[in-house]
Amino acid sequence: MSEAAHAHPGLHHQFDSYEQQRQSASLGMWAFLVNEVMFFGGMFLAYAYYRHRYGHEFAAGSHSLDISLGAFNTAVLIGSSLTMALAVRAAQMGRNKAIVAFLIATMVLGSVFLGVKVIEYSDKFEHHHVPGPSFVWHDEAGSGKYAGADPFKIQIYFSLYFAMTGFHALHMIVGIGIMLLMLRPAWKGKWNLDNHNFVEGFGLYWHFVDIVWIFLFPLLYLIGRS
Amino acid sequence: MSVHVSPLRVYVGVFLALMVLTAITVGVAFVDLGPLNNVVALGIAVTKATLVVLFFMHVAHSSRLIKLSVVSSIFWLFLLFVFILADDLTRGLLGVAGK
Repeated sequence: MSEAAHAHPGLHHQFDSYEQQRQSASLGMWAFLVNEVMFFGGMFLAYAYYRHRYGHEFAAGSHSLDISLGAFNTAVLIGSSLTMALAVRAAQMGRNKAIVAFLIATMVLGSVFLGVKVIEYSDKFEHHHVPGPSFVWHDEAGSGKYAGADPFKIQIYFSLYFAMTGFHALHMIVGIGIMLLMLRPAWKGKWNLDNHNFVEGFGLYWHFVDIVWIFLFPLLYLIGRS
Repeated sequence: MSVHVSPLRVYVGVFLALMVLTAITVGVAFVDLGPLNNVVALGIAVTKATLVVLFFMHVAHSSRLIKLSVVSSIFWLFLLFVFILADDLTRGLLGVAGK
């Protein structure tokens, strides 16, 4: 490897070059994300399986969700992906103050998403739409369209709704926590032109969480609306 | 080798495309297309995910090893779905003697 490659201050001793180090970090992060794809994939499969069986009940449950809150949150999360991508770009260009600014913007947008999720969840608790002994189904939203729906099968929809959005929200909470820890080193200039693997790796994670929501939104909110 | 830095307009362009696609998917949900509603909703979701993977996650400019990782995740997901749903969707198609 060239002398120039060895001159990178951010180069760890086990790597031949900074490029190799960068590739390794990126591959490691992708290996983790492939695992995450399979983790969420299991729940998406359960969703497909039960929706095929209980389409009517899934539409009934879906109608009780607020489509405008879901669409708003989708826009907020896409916006947070943009600010995250710009934070990574700032790291690639060695602009430390810009990294901090874009991380804060991403955290604010992520928090807005979670805040809306709290409103949606508390609404579900108030209407007794949480699966379990206190589950009640009155078909308020469908105005009689789903009167014959089996409450037990609607609970399967809501079980999947809470499991999938819950794990998605958990990933966002973890992400916001990691961003909090990233602020100080970013401000101190730890991530510069020679050392920005961490920011790039975290960016991959945040975009993955965005992709999960891109699928969750139509599957959970937009069933049988026509 | 230096890091590929995408121009700002790429990120803003992808962001705008994602927003427009979100608006389209909400709008189409209220139009009755029969079974095609699901196809359109999933098609738009896959398009949005592809944009995020290629440009926000930089896979368009990544090494072939990274591209292989992405394809492998889709492939394993495909196996998971195809084998389970091949059972689920074909149940009862053939009569079972004595049942």
